[in-house]
Amino acid sequence: MDENLMSVQDLVKTFEVNKGFLAQKKYVHAVNHVSFDIKPGETFSLVGESGCGKSTTARLLNHLIRPDSGKILFEGKDIAALKEDEMRPLRSDIQMIFQDPYGSLDPRMKIQDLIAEPLLIHTNLSAGERLKKVQELLGLVGLSPEHGERYPHEFSGGQRQRVGIARALSVNPKMIIADEPVSALDVSIQAQVLNLMQDLQEKFHLTYLFISHDLSVVEMISDRIGVMYLGTIVETAPKKEIFAHPLHPYTKALLSAVPIADPEQHNERVALKGELPSPVNPPSGCLFHTRCPYCTKRCREERPQLTEVSPGHFCRCHLMESA
Amino acid sequence: MSETILEVKNLRTEFKREKSYVTAIHDVSFSLNKGEIVGLVGESGCGKSVTSMSIMRLLGDTSGKITNGEIRFKGRNLLDLSEREMQTIRGSRISMIFQDPMSSLNPPIRIEKQMIEAVRIHENCSKEQARKIAADMLHEVGIPDVENTLRSYPHQLSGGMCQRVMIAMAMACKPELLIADEPTTALDVTIQAQIMDLMKKIQKENGTTILLITHDLGVVAQMCSRVLVMYAGRIVEQADVHELFYNPKHPYTKGLIACVPKIGSDVRRLPSIPGSVPDLSVMPKGCKFAPRCQYASDRCLKGEPDLVLVDGRENHWIRCYLESKDQTM
Repeated sequence: MDENLMSVQDLVKTFEVNKGFLAQKKYVHAVNHVSFDIKPGETFSLVGESGCGKSTTARLLNHLIRPDSGKILFEGKDIAALKEDEMRPLRSDIQMIFQDPYGSLDPRMKIQDLIAEPLLIHTNLSAGERLKKVQELLGLVGLSPEHGERYPHEFSGGQRQRVGIARALSVNPKMIIADEPVSALDVSIQAQVLNLMQDLQEKFHLTYLFISHDLSVVEMISDRIGVMYLGTIVETAPKKEIFAHPLHPYTKALLSAVPIADPEQHNERVALKGELPSPVNPPSGCLFHTRCPYCTKRCREERPQLTEVSPGHFCRCHLMESA
Repeated sequence: MSETILEVKNLRTEFKREKSYVTAIHDVSFSLNKGEIVGLVGESGCGKSVTSMSIMRLLGDTSGKITNGEIRFKGRNLLDLSEREMQTIRGSRISMIFQDPMSSLNPPIRIEKQMIEAVRIHENCSKEQARKIAADMLHEVGIPDVENTLRSYPHQLSGGMCQRVMIAMAMACKPELLIADEPTTALDVTIQAQIMDLMKKIQKENGTTILLITHDLGVVAQMCSRVLVMYAGRIVEQADVHELFYNPKHPYTKGLIACVPKIGSDVRRLPSIPGSVPDLSVMPKGCKFAPRCQYASDRCLKGEPDLVLVDGRENHWIRCYLESKDQTM
């Protein structure tokens, strides 16, 4: 099945906590049997609240950390099993944009050197050719060639995120993993960056994995969406489907909690009980059962599977199976 | 007309930068009536937080200075008070909650001790009584296991729980005015929804006036009855919440409302405001929004408009030449 650009199968990642002599070993189940496919040219988004494992998933896919088990097929090749030097040639195909535009650029490097850095590693271009390419990239992301001479501190948050995008684009990637790329930006700037990302996607036929906690941003940019809770995907569906017919109780609660920017419209709130359980001791049965308003005995005992409820719409909930 | 709790008049706060002064907020005037929730919105660096710090007179440790204006709390000008007098007002009659609940609590001290201390500064009561007040407040803000929470250290609580503790502490002395500076920004949406409900409940039950500072127009639309929009240290528009969302007049407010993605609207492209917020030290002459404004004319680049009433409206103020044509330069 090579129609997927990336196919993630049963990915698991745990982190050891409480390290130390005599201490009992405990594990944070950060990513707990996650599977999804990304087709070429589409934008697949992972949404969820803090601690749900979306950023860990991004780092696994980009080979920054290794999974405990599971497969990550990129163009049919399992990159989870690759060694670092085997991965290097593939790195130019999968690039990443980070959340913090302040922390991800070296403050002592000029913008043009920052953007040229991936070219230095992945291509054999001469210094002159690199500079030409950098100026082309600056233009693409809406900056002028003079900006190349400046340092990161002279840039605003939105401009820095543009630099981050130019850097990712420099090596002609097939796929870009964007981890909360607009969360640190003001709304008026956020719209600029999102529009830019969509323009570039159309122009270069890019595939995006977009990670965000903000459902309204995700709705705008995505083709398909996966909702994560405590390290697992609880629901995936095409964008329209998930916003029009959310099935999982967590998705419903998440959607109803977003405040609408209209004083005459109010959400009917799906209230959640209690707090997010610790990923060190995930609950038995359905991971969501401790907070679910519709919890049954079966939910407490048996972990539900991700099942296809309607074409392309998967949901991990016992209530949906019986319906 | 209901009772005015707070009246800010022509407030101007400056910060020292090496040898020069930069103006962080300029000619800010507004008033808050008893029992209402008023939103103060704007993007980062627009002066929202400096406004709240000025009202609380918390600029002491910074290089900031209030150089003009009045802040009248129930008729008394807070700027005339001594630091000691101010301390009796701060925390007991005007309280504040901050964006980051985790760092507003002292990490090595149990919640119990921090809350008792806060109560006893303002109320003349024994430790036991203060503990009782603290426990009641925690119960009121919806903390399920009050006794356990009291004995916890801040790091043992989640962000949402910490914010509830902060609200409980702020409300312990039944203040008349609560200034909430981005109270839900650091929290997840489901927790944000809970905290918003809690703040509404407090306002309804105690008649507390709330000044809600936020960048999130969704929160404003759901919480506030009146809105102040700030840009580059100035209030550029002020109106009732319905009026502001359905009939915005200032080009900045219009742009801000347009660029918020709405769930279910099914758009791929959002309108955006070109450019970015000006730096305080190199403020443009004339209207501060003119360089980003698509309607800007020569007049906007030369002189700065005043905050004036929109024609034919009672409570809708705007700082723009386009909508107030009779303004002289």
